[in-house]
Amino acid sequence: MWTWFHQLASPPTFYRFADVLAPWLFGFAVLLIGVGVYGGLFLAPADYQQGDAFRIIYIHVPAAALSLSIYTLMAVAGGIALIWRMKLAEVAVVSAAPVGASFTALALITGMLWGKPTWGAYWVWDARLTSELVLLFLYAGIIGLNQAYSDPRAGARACAWLALVGLINVPIVHFSVTWWNSLHQGASILSVEGIRNPKISGDMLWPLLVSLGGFYLFFGAVWLRRMQNEVLWRERNARWAQAMVVA
Amino acid sequence: MSAAAAVFRRELLLAARRPAEWAQPLVFYAIVALLFPLGIEAHDPALKVFAPAVVWVGALLAALLGVERIFRGDLDDGTLEQLLLADAPAPLLVAAKLAAHWLITALPLVVAAPVLGIALGLEPLAVKVLTLSLLLGTPTLMFTGGFAAALTVGAQRAGILLPILVLPLMTPAVIFGGGAVRAAAAGLPFDAPLYFLGALTALTVTLLPFAAAGALRNAIE
Repeated sequence: MWTWFHQLASPPTFYRFADVLAPWLFGFAVLLIGVGVYGGLFLAPADYQQGDAFRIIYIHVPAAALSLSIYTLMAVAGGIALIWRMKLAEVAVVSAAPVGASFTALALITGMLWGKPTWGAYWVWDARLTSELVLLFLYAGIIGLNQAYSDPRAGARACAWLALVGLINVPIVHFSVTWWNSLHQGASILSVEGIRNPKISGDMLWPLLVSLGGFYLFFGAVWLRRMQNEVLWRERNARWAQAMVVA
Repeated sequence: MSAAAAVFRRELLLAARRPAEWAQPLVFYAIVALLFPLGIEAHDPALKVFAPAVVWVGALLAALLGVERIFRGDLDDGTLEQLLLADAPAPLLVAAKLAAHWLITALPLVVAAPVLGIALGLEPLAVKVLTLSLLLGTPTLMFTGGFAAALTVGAQRAGILLPILVLPLMTPAVIFGGGAVRAAAAGLPFDAPLYFLGALTALTVTLLPFAAAGALRNAIE
């Protein structure tokens, strides 16, 4: 197990492994997102208060959950990159940032579209919304920092430091609805209480969980593909990379 | 410890020979605060409402002006490598450098803040709280700025990246700083946000020098 794990850290092995894994992740992601969105849009009943407006939850919640998970993963990869100087972890950090920024933007946009019919405003300056916006700027900073360096390894390590320091924002976003009075509703699913005693009806919940799983798999597939590209570019002078491109 | 004191003295000496370093942020601060009343009507009572935000955001921007240069000159003339090679722990030397920089550029802004607060129509108590909140909050700003400067010093195309890295991390300081002044102006207790600011400062001043030293090592490799 450990030898396999160590081999996986070598770029050519990773490249071939990702080549096998990514299509599977992508296939299951399409399947799960399809089922989840179909279940959410057609099978789940309309909300008694919000009508059909609530159905954007099947995109909004997975995107928001990913925006936080990706940042956390990035910080973990950053820690690994800084402590063990692992090339692949550096690649993981810089490849995750644009994907995370996209999901953050998607969560903000779907949230705004949801806010207009239910709250009466696209945007309010409350803790959850503002901290999610700050998260978007942190992603933007990481992307910008990576592009500012001409040495990709130094750039990735600088990004790793920033990801670690910015990690402080993740719990702030997650607990913002608990710590401050917020217009945004509290946690329905991802809380200790929520798991014991669900606050959302089962026929609305299952498409959300399926869609959530699909989004995570989709992120996995995109991440692997981006990492493959990044590895190929960084190793462009190595023989295996050239052989891979020619083949 | 003597190494840290030497670094601290060197920074002060350099600043004493270049008064522009502390004078220019101060002038910039005054101009920014002056532009706000011109933007809204001069006798608008809203000015008083916006005053805490104006004074805080102005201080943030003014303090950030010189931050980019904290490590730049040292990298160019090789001092930075000597600092990191020195026998003394690098985070301590970084902290000494940032503390000196706070004294040179941020403390004058804190001293100027009550003048601007009064000019923008704040009550005496609110002015006092405003100054106290800046005194507690500016070290956070300087140490976060120093960390960002360490991240960007090795970058070839940094541009205006530094404020983009620092300002999102400054949101808690603005929330609690502005919050304390607003509470004081409304006659409410204002000690809780000030404690939060103090906690933020304790956290950043103790932890960020380690991250900054790591980022500097990365930059000179």
